[in-house]
Amino acid sequence: MNRNGPKQETAAGEQVSAAHLTPTVITPGGGWQALNLAELWRFRELLYFLIWRDVKVRYKQTVLGAAWALIQPAMMTFALWFGLGKMARVPGADDPLFIYSGILPWTFFATALASAGNSVVNSERLVTKVYFPRLAVPLAAVGAAVVDFMIASVLLVAMMLPRGIVPGVGLLVVPVVFVLLGVAAAGVGVLLSALMVAYRDFRYVVPFLVQFWLFATLTVYTPLSRLELSPWILSVNPMCGLIASFRAGLLNEPIPWALLGASSASFVLLFVIGCFYFRRVEDSFADIV
Amino acid sequence: MSEATPAIVVENLSKRYRISQGVAAYRTLRESLSNLAMWPLRRLGRLRSGGDGQVQDFWALKDLNLRIDTGEVVGVIGRNGAGKSTLLKILSRITRPTTGRAILNGRVGSLLEVGTGFHPELSGRENIYLNGAILGMSRREIAAKFDQIVQFAEIEQFLDTPVKRYSSGMYVRLAFAVAAHLEPEILLVDEVLAVGDASFQRRCLGKMSQVSRQGRTILFVSHNMGAITRLCRRAIWLDRGQVRQSGDAETVVASYLRSGAEQAGEVMFHDNGQKAPGSEYIRLEAIRVRGSDGVVTATLDVRRPFTLEVQYRILRRTSNLRVGVRLMAHDGTVLLSSTDMDQNEDLVREPGVYVSRCTVPGELLNYGQYFVSVGCDFPMVRTHFAVDQGLAFQIEQTGGAGGHISDGRGGVLRMSLPWTVQRIES
Repeated sequence: MNRNGPKQETAAGEQVSAAHLTPTVITPGGGWQALNLAELWRFRELLYFLIWRDVKVRYKQTVLGAAWALIQPAMMTFALWFGLGKMARVPGADDPLFIYSGILPWTFFATALASAGNSVVNSERLVTKVYFPRLAVPLAAVGAAVVDFMIASVLLVAMMLPRGIVPGVGLLVVPVVFVLLGVAAAGVGVLLSALMVAYRDFRYVVPFLVQFWLFATLTVYTPLSRLELSPWILSVNPMCGLIASFRAGLLNEPIPWALLGASSASFVLLFVIGCFYFRRVEDSFADIV
Repeated sequence: MSEATPAIVVENLSKRYRISQGVAAYRTLRESLSNLAMWPLRRLGRLRSGGDGQVQDFWALKDLNLRIDTGEVVGVIGRNGAGKSTLLKILSRITRPTTGRAILNGRVGSLLEVGTGFHPELSGRENIYLNGAILGMSRREIAAKFDQIVQFAEIEQFLDTPVKRYSSGMYVRLAFAVAAHLEPEILLVDEVLAVGDASFQRRCLGKMSQVSRQGRTILFVSHNMGAITRLCRRAIWLDRGQVRQSGDAETVVASYLRSGAEQAGEVMFHDNGQKAPGSEYIRLEAIRVRGSDGVVTATLDVRRPFTLEVQYRILRRTSNLRVGVRLMAHDGTVLLSSTDMDQNEDLVREPGVYVSRCTVPGELLNYGQYFVSVGCDFPMVRTHFAVDQGLAFQIEQTGGAGGHISDGRGGVLRMSLPWTVQRIES
C-alpha cells in the first residue's frame, strides 16, 4: 500500500524530539537495585488512574455500594463492644467510641494490606502485557483504601459530636499516624505481593495474617492504661503503638510518644525492606506470575 | 547523519526460560523450604550425577543481533516459539533478557494485546482514560485526543455503557482506537490485527501506515503474511531465537513460506529393532505431506491441493488390509477420516514397500495448523498400528476465498461458495 511512501521528509522533525531523549538501555539487570523514584513519579498519573479504577469498581453491582466501607467497621465495633465489653466485661471495651476509634484505623490498615498483597497476582494481565513501574500496583491498592477510610470516618465524627469531645493539639498527630498506617500497610503489602507471585501460599497467609494481627493488636480493644505491659513488649507488634496514638490524638488523651516512635521506626524500616525486595524480584514477575 | 540514528539496536540478546518438568513456574513455599533443607544433599547428588535433570533450559532468544533504523517499519515473522513475542516483551521492558542488551532511542509504546487493562465494569469513557494511562499517555494527551478516539472507534452512543455490554467488535474497536492514538517514536505491535472485522482492520492498517509515514519506527509481529508484505518494507525472520533471514519483506516472506519443506513435512519411522509401529504383516516407514508441486513440505498454500502419504513395508502377503489417515484441526477436532480401502476394496499386497496417498483439494481448509493421524488394520479384526497426530502441517494465508481482506475469518473450512446477490424489492 503505502509502504514505499515518503517518510524522509517528516522523519527529520521526529528525530529532533527523539534526540533529546536519553536512550533506554535494556540489560539483564538482577540483584538489588535502587528504587527508581523518578520513574515512579513520571507514572504518577497511572497511579492515580489505578486508584480511581479500584475505587470505582469496588462497590459496583453491590446494593449498598460505598456504605459497605462504613458497615464493616461498624459491625466489628458492635461485635467487640458486645462480646468483650458487655459479656466478658473487659475494662474500657464497653465504650463504642473507644472501640471504633481503634477499629477505624485498623480497618484501613487491614484493607490496604490485604488488597496490596493480592494486587500483583490479580493484575497478571497488566503485568504480562505492558511495562510500568510495578510498585504502582500495590501502592494504588493502598491508595484506594484511603477512600474507604474517609467514608468510615464520617461515623467517627458522628459519634464524637454528641459527646462534645473537642480534639486538642493532639489532633495534629492523627494525620501523621494515618500516613504511618499507610506506610505500614504498603510496606507489608508490597512485601506480600512480591512473595505471592513466587509463592502462591501467601494467598492463604494474607487473610490469616490480618485476622491474627488484629487479635495481637491489643490496643484496638483494650485501653493502653489497662495493659500492664512494658513498652518494649508492646512494640514487638508495632501496630499497638500506631492504634493507641491514633486514638489518643483524636480523643485528647496523652500520646504514647515512645511507643509511637518505636512503631514508626519499625514500619519505615519494613517499608524500605519491602520496596527493595519488590524491586529485586519484579523483573521476574512477567515470567512467573 | 540523522538517517543513521538507529531506533533499536539489539546486541547478543538471549532469553532463557527454565522449564521444570511438570511443575508450575511459581513455587510453593513448602517446596522452597524443603529445597533449602535438601540443598546440601542435592549438591552431593549433583556432583555425582553431573546434572539436575529436573529443570530444562529453553532459550527463547539466542545471541540475537538487530539494528532497526528510525522510521523503518519492520515485520517480524517466524513459527510459534521462534522468539517473536519474547523479543517484543524484552523491548517493551516487560521482561528482562538473560544476557546481552538492547538500546532504544525514543519513547516506546507497545501493543502486545488489545485492551490491556480494560475493566469490564467501567464505561467506554472511563476505559479510554484508564487504558490510555496504562499505555503511557498523560491525562492531558488523552483529553486532547478523546474525540478522535471515540470517532475512530465509532462508539459515540455507547460511551457511558460499561464495556462488558459491548459486542466483541465494539470492544476491539475501542481498544485499538486508544492504542492507535498513542504517539510513541517506537511502536511495538504483536498480532493485534488478527481480531476485528474487515473494514476496521483496513482502517487499522491504514492508521499504522499513516503512523509510519510520520517517521515512527514500527516493529510488527504477525502470522498474517499479507499484512506484513503490505505494511512493511523490511522483514525479519526469527527461527529458534535467532535471525534466520532479514531483508526485503517480499523476499523474506517468500523464503519463509518455502522453508516449510525443511520443517518436517515428513516423519520417518526407522525400523531399528521393534521401534517402527506395525505388526508381523506391516511396518510403518513414513508419513508425508506434499504440496501441489510434489515437494515435501509442512507449509501449504491455501489455494492448492496437497497430498498425504503413508509409506510402509509389507512383510507378508495380505489382503483386506486398510491404511487410513485422519485429519484433525489444531484443537483436535476430527475433520475427516479416509482410507485406501474406500476405492480399492479387494487389494492384495505382496511383500515390498508401498505408498498409499490421497489428495486433499485446495480451497477447502482454512488457514491454520492441522494434524494427521495414520492407522492400519484389518477392518473389525485387528489393528496393526495407530499413530496419533503423527504429523503437523500449516496452511498459510496466501489468498483464496476472501483472501484480499486479511480478516482472519473463523472456521475450519474456507471454500469458495457460489454466491448470488439479487434485488428482490425496490
